[in-house]
Amino acid sequence: MLLAAEFLSVDNLVFVTGAVVTLIGAFFVVTSRNPVHSALNLVVTLFGVAVLFVSLHATFLAAVQVIVYAGAIVVLFLFVIMLLGVDRDEAIEAEPLKGQRPVAAALGVLILGELALLSNLRFRTPPPDAVAGSITPVVPDKTNVEQLAEAIFTRYLLAFEVTSILLVIAVVGAVVLARKPGRAFGLLAARPEDDPAEVGA
Amino acid sequence: MSLLAVADRAPSVGHGAYLIIAALLFTIGAVGVLVRRNVLVMFMCVELMLNAVNLSFVAFASRLGDINGQVAVFFTLVVAAAEVVVGLGIVVAIFRRRKGTATADDLHILRG
Repeated sequence: MLLAAEFLSVDNLVFVTGAVVTLIGAFFVVTSRNPVHSALNLVVTLFGVAVLFVSLHATFLAAVQVIVYAGAIVVLFLFVIMLLGVDRDEAIEAEPLKGQRPVAAALGVLILGELALLSNLRFRTPPPDAVAGSITPVVPDKTNVEQLAEAIFTRYLLAFEVTSILLVIAVVGAVVLARKPGRAFGLLAARPEDDPAEVGA
Repeated sequence: MSLLAVADRAPSVGHGAYLIIAALLFTIGAVGVLVRRNVLVMFMCVELMLNAVNLSFVAFASRLGDINGQVAVFFTLVVAAAEVVVGLGIVVAIFRRRKGTATADDLHILRG
């Protein structure tokens, strides 16, 4: 009875719920015939991971996970799926490449076995005092957001600035890639005296 | 003390359980990349693998009582967002050139 009461603690319930939601969503991402269903199941998985983040007291990351992943990335996926018009069922029973699925399953088992082996080898995480210089300890009386902000804006400031450059490059690259091929640099190249027809465009 | 500051009490489940979930999630994503031929679904499976790694990062951060693991996840999120934007841009660009399906099997020639 005590054991049952212990197992049914809130922590365990949150963990089990998050884990089940995550794994079921992930399974249906892979097995859905329709890409739209895959994207919606991806939302389920990401939400489950956010729940697990909350149960690990990573509250800021949980919020960012929902806002950025479920809010932005999956919407981008859905947008592209519908823009390209591939939002219909496909025949996933057919196996275009012979023997692909058995090999994939074998590789999956191999990956899982390898991960299990690695976790059993006990590469022990060194005790905190052995890596004292590299650790930024969690301070109990500060919020998660405060601690992350302190780390990012002091120690990781350069990396933070570089990510902003990365994002700008990604935005510009995506715009260049997704434009119509012939007109990729049309606006830059076209001059009024070269081609009067382009002026109005 | 605010609710958010309850902070670094270890979860009663133990961190190993989180790593098991992360390993399963990573495996599902990897198998998905290998099995599915639809480029968009393959992308989603890559996202699954990224999330598995994020989860193990946060689990280790909690295990060590170290905020740096969460900082790593923060940067991973940014890079994942950039990766998806560029990847989907490439998919759209490919689609413009060759109409039809979004399967990876059609893309075996580098020359458009």
